[in-house]
Amino acid sequence: MVLQSSLKNCFQLSCILQVPKAGFRSTASGGLIIQSTSNDVYQNLAVEDWIHDHMNLEKRQVLFLWRNSPAVVIGRHQNPWQECNLRLLRQKNIKLARRRSGGGTVYHDLGNINLTFFTTRKKHERMENLKLVVKALKALRPQLDVHVTDRYDILLDRQYKISGTAAKLGRTAAYHHCTLLCSTDKFVLSSVLKSPYKGLKSNATPSVPASVKNLFEEDPSLTCEVLLDAIAEEYATQHQIDHHINLINPADETVLPGINNKAKELQTWEWVYGKTPKFNVSTHFNIAYKDSVLDVKVDMDVKHGRIEVCNIDLPQQWLPPALCSELVKSLTGNKFCPNETTVLVTTLLRTCPQDGDLQSRWNLLCENMKMLM
Amino acid sequence: MAALGAVRSSGRAARRLVCIQRVRSCSSVRFIKSKYVCVFDKSALKFSHQQRLFRTSAVSRGQIVQFKLSDIGEGITEVTVKEWYIKEGDSVSQFDSICEVQSDKASVTITSRYDGIIRKLHYSLDEIAYVGKPLVDIEIDASKGVAPAEDVVEAPPMSHEEHTHQEIKGHKTLATPAVRRLAMENNIKLSEIVGTGKDNRILKEDILNYLAKQTGAILPPSPKAEIIPPFPKSETVPAPPKDKAHKIPVPVSRPIVFSGKDKTEPITGFHKAMVKTMSAALKIPHFGYCDEIDLTELVQLREELKPLAQIRGVKLSFMPFFIKAASLGLLQYPILNASLDENCQNVTYKASHNIGVAMDTEQGLIVPNVKNVQVCSVFEIASELNRLQSLGSAGQLGTTELTGGTFTLSNIGTIGGTYTKPVILPPEVAIGALGKIQVLPRFNGKGEVFKARIMNVSWSADHRVIDGATLARFSNLWKSYLENPASMLLDLK
Repeated sequence: MVLQSSLKNCFQLSCILQVPKAGFRSTASGGLIIQSTSNDVYQNLAVEDWIHDHMNLEKRQVLFLWRNSPAVVIGRHQNPWQECNLRLLRQKNIKLARRRSGGGTVYHDLGNINLTFFTTRKKHERMENLKLVVKALKALRPQLDVHVTDRYDILLDRQYKISGTAAKLGRTAAYHHCTLLCSTDKFVLSSVLKSPYKGLKSNATPSVPASVKNLFEEDPSLTCEVLLDAIAEEYATQHQIDHHINLINPADETVLPGINNKAKELQTWEWVYGKTPKFNVSTHFNIAYKDSVLDVKVDMDVKHGRIEVCNIDLPQQWLPPALCSELVKSLTGNKFCPNETTVLVTTLLRTCPQDGDLQSRWNLLCENMKMLM
Repeated sequence: MAALGAVRSSGRAARRLVCIQRVRSCSSVRFIKSKYVCVFDKSALKFSHQQRLFRTSAVSRGQIVQFKLSDIGEGITEVTVKEWYIKEGDSVSQFDSICEVQSDKASVTITSRYDGIIRKLHYSLDEIAYVGKPLVDIEIDASKGVAPAEDVVEAPPMSHEEHTHQEIKGHKTLATPAVRRLAMENNIKLSEIVGTGKDNRILKEDILNYLAKQTGAILPPSPKAEIIPPFPKSETVPAPPKDKAHKIPVPVSRPIVFSGKDKTEPITGFHKAMVKTMSAALKIPHFGYCDEIDLTELVQLREELKPLAQIRGVKLSFMPFFIKAASLGLLQYPILNASLDENCQNVTYKASHNIGVAMDTEQGLIVPNVKNVQVCSVFEIASELNRLQSLGSAGQLGTTELTGGTFTLSNIGTIGGTYTKPVILPPEVAIGALGKIQVLPRFNGKGEVFKARIMNVSWSADHRVIDGATLARFSNLWKSYLENPASMLLDLK
């Protein structure tokens, strides 16, 4: 591995992460490069939170390098139903995370590099960071046609997006993170980032889709390790520090006290789905039963990820109205989630009349409702 | 003239007044606009100017400060308000998060610069807010006089380093000036307290809890240090006497202050469905039958078979044996695997033995069932149980797994207990609950005492269609299979 050549050292970072003392040879510009040993998206996002909340960035800026196993990461104010194919995610066991910075939805896998630039709020400059990345790429392969757009994207060959950006500004600290497509599975990326849900109306931040390309496709010698090393090198040069990547274990409470709580919080349903801005689902579906096809109209308001208002418009008498209203009443207040709905409707089924035909219709209706989630 | 007098007195009371042009609208006070300057929120303009001034001088009212949206950097001039963390009327402390705004992929948390009460939100969700324009109006305690600037620190009599910014592993201790004063008066180092507020901020409650632990009593705050939220202590209160700070009071006779509040939540979703199910279950006339089973031989058998199952990749517990034995019993007493229709007109004897296993998951009590136990081997049951358990803990059980059950077993013994009174899950007619396995002394055939592994079982059945004798015989049969596992071999299909 290329990184072996740089001074990779996994020693006690608690001294590193405090006010700089002897033992870390930093000079006036002050910088620190750390890389995560974990591929868990929640743990890595928790590290970002931790550094943002706890580190003093006045004397020293930080560059954090990380990669994740397959995950979809949505922006702070986005709607996961609008942004990605949740059914596919569940099927393929791809994690869904919501980050604290704004911006759009991205797909991560081990072929994608994440870079986070931590500075004080005053020194926060996204353009400079991206220019650093471009400079590193050009130093590596001078013939690469990469440049930064004014939307803070990095484009390859003037048309393919290889990097997207997002930022978070707090009271005193700020961070800017961006992706870099090295050898990501583009097929999974495009299928996962296509939402099948119709009839969604919301004020959530929409993503702007773009054609993407991997740097690996342009030049097969550009692996993730090579790129990470080049960017670390450039950062070290610009901050006048050693090209020394410190490894950090995001599960280590002694180095990062309170980190596991942060990681747990990022995985809660309340954060990932519950933080979705209020939205409305107005759609319809067809149910084919015996010899007829019926059209069912559904209208739901979802707030904090829970169904606030629910209306199901069924053709007359296809299901006893009492049963239908029972379903609507139970769905109200329930999470907008197929698994929760399954548990709910199967429990309700116990008190339904034991009529095979009736139960089949109920099941059909419920299965279709779950498809909307 | 009266108006002018009122203005002058309010001017003294409020120290600093900044006037606005709108004073012009009240004819009686037109003449004062050039001399005095007042800050009002928009609601004040509804009342006459005189009335407002009179109120200001008579009652020590808070000063309303307009908290403007500060510079975000990178030349950003406008942002969208995405989330409010507070609402009008809420009290805030310095550094509390007020709202989240977004600008072109950057999400910014705006924190409060003041302690006070939120009086007005200038924007609603998804509206565009402008840098430099007011974001919220905050009412600050009038007696404090000057609206505090950033990072206000009241100079404490003790050493500056101990009680202001402290670094614990690079972490600044956040606490409002009022909290810091309380700590100081009680001679507590902020670094010794674990903050439970946002960003690990130390709250007044944390100091009180710390003190309570020290003195062993629930301690109401000493009057001198009384902090009335949200107004911070006025500067005019004299500094506490030194001996007060060193003495730790033990007020055994004082009333215990408990500030917990009742919390009412609506019952929604799954819990609502459970209410309905259990109410329906209540209509079933239950009767119970309990017994104790000697599992000594089964324990031994399982020990032998566990590694074999492990090799095949399956974790073998006792449940597969209990389930298979129940199915063998149901073959002899099919009424226990039946269903009664709503009007109690017909009983349907179910052909499949879909035996439900109660699981305690995050979502609540869920009962997936193992299908067609009557044709499954113990190993197949174990394997299916493993699958259901992993789906259950992931919250991913599907409709098929959760419907169609005909008989239920609940292994409450894994949590604890001996005898219990299980409730039948409609549309079934029987249920069994298994207690924990205990090691108890029992007499064997020779009259000797030996170490027996005893488990209790509690059955409940629908007395409309099942009678005591039937249930007792079923239980005896089930018991005999488990006490002598070799006998299961005779009847296994």
